[in-house]
Amino acid sequence: MKKAVSRVYLALIYLFLYAPILLLVVFSFNDTDTKSRTVWSGFSLRWYEMLFQDRMLLQALTNTLIIAVSAAIGATLLGTLAAIGISSMKSWRKKVVMNITNLPMLNPEIVTGVSLMLLLVFLANLFGVQLGIGSVILAHITFCLPYVILSVLPKLRQMDPNLYEAAQDLGCTPLRSFFKVVLPEILPGVITGMVMSFTLSLDDFIISYFCSGTTQTLPVFIYSMTKKRVSPEINALSTILFAVILVLLLLINVRTGKVGGRKGKEAQEF
Amino acid sequence: MKSKAASAPYLVWMVLFIVVPVLLVAYFAFTDSSGAFTLENIARVGQYSNVFLRSIWLGALSTVICLVLGYPVAYLISKSSLKRQSVLLMLIMLPMWMNFLLRTYAWMTLLEDSGLINSFLSLLGLPPFHMINTQGAVVLGMVYDYIPFMVLPLYTVLSKIDRAVVEAAQDLGANGRRVFLRVTFPLSMPGMISGVTMVFVPSVSTFIISKMLGGGANLMIGDLIEMQFLGSAYNPNLGSAISLVLMVLILICMGIMNEFDSGENEGGGMMI
Repeated sequence: MKKAVSRVYLALIYLFLYAPILLLVVFSFNDTDTKSRTVWSGFSLRWYEMLFQDRMLLQALTNTLIIAVSAAIGATLLGTLAAIGISSMKSWRKKVVMNITNLPMLNPEIVTGVSLMLLLVFLANLFGVQLGIGSVILAHITFCLPYVILSVLPKLRQMDPNLYEAAQDLGCTPLRSFFKVVLPEILPGVITGMVMSFTLSLDDFIISYFCSGTTQTLPVFIYSMTKKRVSPEINALSTILFAVILVLLLLINVRTGKVGGRKGKEAQEF
Repeated sequence: MKSKAASAPYLVWMVLFIVVPVLLVAYFAFTDSSGAFTLENIARVGQYSNVFLRSIWLGALSTVICLVLGYPVAYLISKSSLKRQSVLLMLIMLPMWMNFLLRTYAWMTLLEDSGLINSFLSLLGLPPFHMINTQGAVVLGMVYDYIPFMVLPLYTVLSKIDRAVVEAAQDLGANGRRVFLRVTFPLSMPGMISGVTMVFVPSVSTFIISKMLGGGANLMIGDLIEMQFLGSAYNPNLGSAISLVLMVLILICMGIMNEFDSGENEGGGMMI
């Protein structure tokens, strides 16, 4: 009896989580005029056709990918170096730096977005440029940095500090001993940080919304679509994105045999 | 390792992109459009106390609903077999990978006056039920978007509870309910604190969910801030003042939450 109740409860929760998504998917194949998008009137792929002809969408997709790749690389380089420096700091300095580093994670996203916008507008005026891809990349690097630092720091802590010195005793230059000894040790953390940065950047709406000027990223484009409130095109886009995510997650799962990934990690490490 | 210099570029970045922006918000909050010092913006925030109260109320309500719905989910997942655990967890996380705008949009099509739920009701011959643009719709949207953030930290903590502790309580004669109330529940406190923070902060400061599901009538702090910067009521000084108040409120909340949890996180910075 008790078991049955808990099964039903879990089933209801999962129904609550998935029913809206499934309905989006079903209605993306609906052959309807734009007015009555909640009435089923036959199978059609025409919303997908419209989607692939949408120049704005393709542009937004390209922008998003450029931004995510640049932000991931930038945040990983800067964050890994930062973690190495921070790990050798004395306790009070470390505390100050870590508290400031955590600020973008603790602050409401809208406050981070607004404060970065104030700075970026100021900088843009100073250099006589417009907000655009460049400013979004700067903003994304900023909010991805804490995730990189927090995934590299524990790896540094686990590492035997004598290894680095041993490498130097054996004749390595500091740079060489970094690449030969330190980097291989912390690489899993570096990669986790990079993947997290990439996916956080892909998914970000709030900060991009404030820092992008007239440039559109994919989430900003989606937002402008939801404002129009009419087109089943958005259902088609959701379906494609959901399918891509599903396939990627299944692939990762099969490869590593692990659940998790960025948001799980984020939630569990918080 | 003597490598403090490695963090030099980051320290510059940190000051420029974390410290300076916060100072800029404070600067704008205490000046008027000509740049002269004023307290007027901060004073005007008081006029919006109803918006603040509404946001805190809706955010708190969503958090409580997420906790009440999410705790049993996390508990049941942590009790199932290891193989099932990974599938069930994966299914909790999967929707999180979809952009929250799309998930919120999905509820728009469901809740509208001519939406799916109302079409279904009319099929059954029932009168239509007005749902969109109400506070209930906003809370529903927030619960839907943020419940995984409650389930995951709870699951992490619950699955790490030492079985021996539970068995010891049973050996000492506690029944199932007592074991839960006296052992499992107190031990899951850190997970609850993370979950509550992770749901409450984005709920209180949301501006999209309230806009999409709440219409114009259920303005929240986030909407108010957005309007001052990108919307119709352009006034970055007032917007900064509201942001500053919001930031201080959230940081105070976090500080209080952290006090509850301080035993667990000693020496590792603020939250980590």
